[in-house]
Amino acid sequence: MSAPEPEVPGQPTGGDYAPSSAARMAFYQRAGGVITPIITTIIAFLIGGAVVAATGHNPISTYKGIFEGTGLNWFFPWVDGDARVTAEFNLQQTLLVTTPLILTGLAVAFAFRCGMFNIGGQGQYTMGAITSVWVGSVWAGLPGVPHAIIAIVLAMLAGALWAGIAGILKATVGAHEVITTIMLNWIAYWIGTYAFGIGGPLQNDANESVPISNDIVPDVHLKVWWGDPLLQGLHIGFFIAIGALFVYWFVLNRTTLGYEVRAVGYAPEAARYAGINVARNYFLAMAIAGAFAGLGGAMDILGWQFRLGSLDVQTSTIGFIGIAVALLGRNSAIGIFFSSLLFGALLYGTSTRSLDPEVFPPQLAGNLTLMIQALVLLFIGADLIVIYVWNLRRKLRRKTAATPAGAPV
Amino acid sequence: MRGITKRFPGIVANDAVDFDLRRGEVHALLGENGAGKSTLMNILYGLYTPDEGEIIVKGKPVRMESPSAAIAHGIGMVHQHFMLIPVMTVAENVVLGQEPRRDGLLLDFDKAEQRVDELARSFKFSIDARELVQNLSVGTQQRVEILKALYRSADILIMDEPTAVLTPPEARELFQILRTLTREGMAVIFISHKLDEVLEISDRITTLRRGKLVDTVPRAGATEAGLARGMVGREVLLRVEKRPSTPGEPVLSVENLAVLDERGLPAVRDVSFVVHAGEIVGIAGVDGNGQTELIDALTGLRQIESGRVLVGGDDLTGGDARDHIDEGIGHIPEDRQRRGLVLEFSLAENLALYAYREPPVSRLGWLSPRRMIERARGLLSAYDVRGGGPQTRAGALSGGNQQKVVIAREVERDPKVLVAAQPTRGLDVGAIEFVHRRLVEERDEGRAILLVSFELEEVLSLSDRILVVYEGEIVGEFPPTATQEELGLAMVGGTREAVA
Repeated sequence: MSAPEPEVPGQPTGGDYAPSSAARMAFYQRAGGVITPIITTIIAFLIGGAVVAATGHNPISTYKGIFEGTGLNWFFPWVDGDARVTAEFNLQQTLLVTTPLILTGLAVAFAFRCGMFNIGGQGQYTMGAITSVWVGSVWAGLPGVPHAIIAIVLAMLAGALWAGIAGILKATVGAHEVITTIMLNWIAYWIGTYAFGIGGPLQNDANESVPISNDIVPDVHLKVWWGDPLLQGLHIGFFIAIGALFVYWFVLNRTTLGYEVRAVGYAPEAARYAGINVARNYFLAMAIAGAFAGLGGAMDILGWQFRLGSLDVQTSTIGFIGIAVALLGRNSAIGIFFSSLLFGALLYGTSTRSLDPEVFPPQLAGNLTLMIQALVLLFIGADLIVIYVWNLRRKLRRKTAATPAGAPV
Repeated sequence: MRGITKRFPGIVANDAVDFDLRRGEVHALLGENGAGKSTLMNILYGLYTPDEGEIIVKGKPVRMESPSAAIAHGIGMVHQHFMLIPVMTVAENVVLGQEPRRDGLLLDFDKAEQRVDELARSFKFSIDARELVQNLSVGTQQRVEILKALYRSADILIMDEPTAVLTPPEARELFQILRTLTREGMAVIFISHKLDEVLEISDRITTLRRGKLVDTVPRAGATEAGLARGMVGREVLLRVEKRPSTPGEPVLSVENLAVLDERGLPAVRDVSFVVHAGEIVGIAGVDGNGQTELIDALTGLRQIESGRVLVGGDDLTGGDARDHIDEGIGHIPEDRQRRGLVLEFSLAENLALYAYREPPVSRLGWLSPRRMIERARGLLSAYDVRGGGPQTRAGALSGGNQQKVVIAREVERDPKVLVAAQPTRGLDVGAIEFVHRRLVEERDEGRAILLVSFELEEVLSLSDRILVVYEGEIVGEFPPTATQEELGLAMVGGTREAVA
């Protein structure tokens, strides 16, 4: 006979639970609340620590080094003097990485709420970046602010278009979005490689031997509000990303569009029956998701990169990390904020620039980040196990509490 | 089982329930959905541990820590949803977990098949141990489940709503099997909420209501009305009380309608009928004779091949689902869980499934959850939905209350036509009574109601006129005074020639 299903609060056991992606999503949405992602993260860090120990380094001082590298110690009031100056700079860098992660995380999350798995955040981000570097480097005569706004809007449209292709294909011929978005990622990858490559249409005018775009004009740079603009301080794009989190929450919960998107995501049949145009929602949800990712690309270009090269396009993983961000953040605005902060901190905290090579060699530390990322993803996939263990623990505790009492109460 | 109590957060699922089972009897466990039948049996089978009370098997108190402990004590359970592996043979499924081995390691297929065959023969099951489970009918698969329990030398068999998935002839065969088993000295616990079955098969009947034991009675002397009263806690009208209808203007007109099914084959052929205001027209027929396609066409969910659908004179042909909703066709769908509700949505959100795009719930695309909840609060109390408030997840409600939510949403729109497809499927007695009464009330309000049901009794007791469909055609019209036999004959095509 089969084992009982893990008991989940609020989930009637034994019901016929269709294992569709929508049903699984619904389950994630509900199950475990905030506890499972936290446990997931802790377990990932513990295993990461074990690996550090296995390489002969001290995991505690390594994590301490990484933590200080992230600049999060800036929030501790007792950190002062030189340490404070370093922390301030590091935190700016961490938040700089957090900004696009929030946006690519939202790109995955929004599609998820409509029952789709958007693997294409990377491609949408790339198309946004390409568009903004192009717009930012031409039309030099425009005044700065409108120029920047045009660059941002067109980057969002490019991302929306890129994701919208997958949305239209799903809505019309039923092509699965996982397949199409992965294909679109590769198309964006090669477009970028070609456009900035030697002899490519967007390659540098001044130096024909480097596969890099022209610099965007200084007027469209996003304003730096914290730190030194020359030392890559934190630009206002961080607030734009925070604003996007709010927009995400608002659209989903306070508009009829979001209501339709959620209805389609949870139960496409019921939505269709209620007269909701399911195909239209697939397209719209994908396009909005792509706009978030495209915005992420624009933020990086206008905020601190100012140019884009073939190599940047090829090595960027911001869009892929967005998948982990959305999953760990459980597709909620607040969850995405914290999980992108976590991944942003990990990325910067283990980079060669911030980690003391005496504590842990940064070239290994980069791999540690990848490993922790992978472990988090793995455990998110194994959510059911985490919840099961959690419930088991509670059950055991009840039992031990009941046993000394002897007879039934 | 003595004094079993099981609490879940917020509810007491079993409250000091006593239950005893004798060798060689079929003991029915009766109760509405959510009365605690399944909880009690899951405790006996070791899936839950009781908070209080004890389980005594053959004179000895035992602790059921897990299903394997229950199996060791000779208890077998046949779940409503079978736990079989379709790509394996009957024999492989039966021995799974307790395989006969050869050389200590290898599965001995021959021996497994031989033992399963022997077992089947000794209980007079006609079943081939070498057949793949996926090729078997539902009724036969259920027998495989019973064999699994017998193979593990169970002498107590728990059957959780075993007839819910069976056709009437299969159910009769099952009863035959259960009688054979009890003659051999086995004891069977039969969980059900169908009164007629319980009266047919059981020796004793225990009724639960809201987690409490109502009573245990022998079959002799038990009546449907008495049992229903026990289940629901009050008198239940098994027959619908209604005045003769006063049909008004024709509201829904269907003219020469033809619809194709998924495979592109004709499912509805040249169907014409009219439903007037203030009458219930019942569509009777065996499942799969075009009813689903007809409903989908009437509600705009499926394209019409030819013919017309008119509501109050307006031609709806070619419109989509939203046009049909806006023109005043309400729809209580057959599949409440998949179509009728978004189970993950709150009740307020479900009740707003149409109203979300209109004031006061939304203005110019801005949604107001506050007004949505306010509106839901009124509807939930007006339709007596129990088990949750506006913010409760719809999936957490019992079937009857879910259906009330669907009805509340549909009727709230004040539709001219109400299409009710299998409106009482899977509901218990109390909820069925509510739905029936409500449909008659809506009829008396002057709505045109089209009732599609596979339950002849339901069609007969509710409808003012009955249309019988067979192979996508209407093969006869009957008054509600027709007998089940007359309708039954028409449903299998017996009157086709006469009408054509």
